[in-house]
Amino acid sequence: MNITLAHYLVLGAILFATSVVGIFLNRKNVIVLLMAIELMLLSVNMNFVAFSHYLGDMAGQVFVFFILTVAAAEAAIGLAILVVLFRKVDTINAEDLDHLKG
Amino acid sequence: MTFDTPTIFSLFFYAFASLLVIAALRVVTARNPVHAALFLVLAFFCASGLWMLLKAEFLSLALILVYVGAVMVLFIFVVMMLDLDIEHLRRDYKKFLPVAFLMGAVIVLELSIVLIRSFIGTNAPVQPMLEELSTNNTHALGMLIFVDYVYAFEVAGVILLVAIIAAVALTLRNRKDAKSQNVAEQVNVNPADRMRIVKMGSDMAAKQDTRAEKK
Repeated sequence: MNITLAHYLVLGAILFATSVVGIFLNRKNVIVLLMAIELMLLSVNMNFVAFSHYLGDMAGQVFVFFILTVAAAEAAIGLAILVVLFRKVDTINAEDLDHLKG
Repeated sequence: MTFDTPTIFSLFFYAFASLLVIAALRVVTARNPVHAALFLVLAFFCASGLWMLLKAEFLSLALILVYVGAVMVLFIFVVMMLDLDIEHLRRDYKKFLPVAFLMGAVIVLELSIVLIRSFIGTNAPVQPMLEELSTNNTHALGMLIFVDYVYAFEVAGVILLVAIIAAVALTLRNRKDAKSQNVAEQVNVNPADRMRIVKMGSDMAAKQDTRAEKK
């Protein structure tokens, strides 16, 4: 059986749903939340690469390249914020971070 | 064995895809954040294999280099540096399990219905997109990035620079107990603050000498 574009898109959908589930399950653990966001970006990238291959347009892969760049920057800054946060309040529980009284 | 035969292609696709889904599920359900990070590494490797099947060689290798080599190492480093209270962080875990998986199933179902109806007939193009350039994926991507998207490429570089400076500025702290040079203060020093020249006559100097001898 041929692998069509739909196969890849459904795989991306499953990955995206998995990371949404992860955000639900680990709503307190900020590190796992960041990992779920990385997984979400991976599923988006998967869709881009699949479309790029099946529609014959390289621009999709260029977009994935830029998403990778931004995701790396986001992970670096997110983890730096996490380290500073842990130094200040000695926890990474997202429910303890209520200093703004929001 | 030719790689392009559909059966082998689909075999590899299903192998990588199932491993990827299992790894992703373990990432979100793993008890220990270190295990979650390691399963995320496995997920990136599987995704890289899938991209290799889609003939995106440069991106699949960049995924391994950038994510596994840099981002995940950073994640594992931070996870190990922080002293986490896992029991406390996972207290409500069981309570959210059914509703979370229900939501996930609904999302998959909806997206699958839409996507399968729209794209089930889309096969790989008969004429490969690199045919006109008659070169490899990396070359084609480089031509696009450095010719058509060079402005966006520069912006991406600036974003990375901002990320470096922000990460360093966030985590930098001045320790009070550490001794260090303050170069600005050293350069700004005035000789007049350091040394005082006292003018005195020679008889006075002799008097001081005899006084010192008496003591």
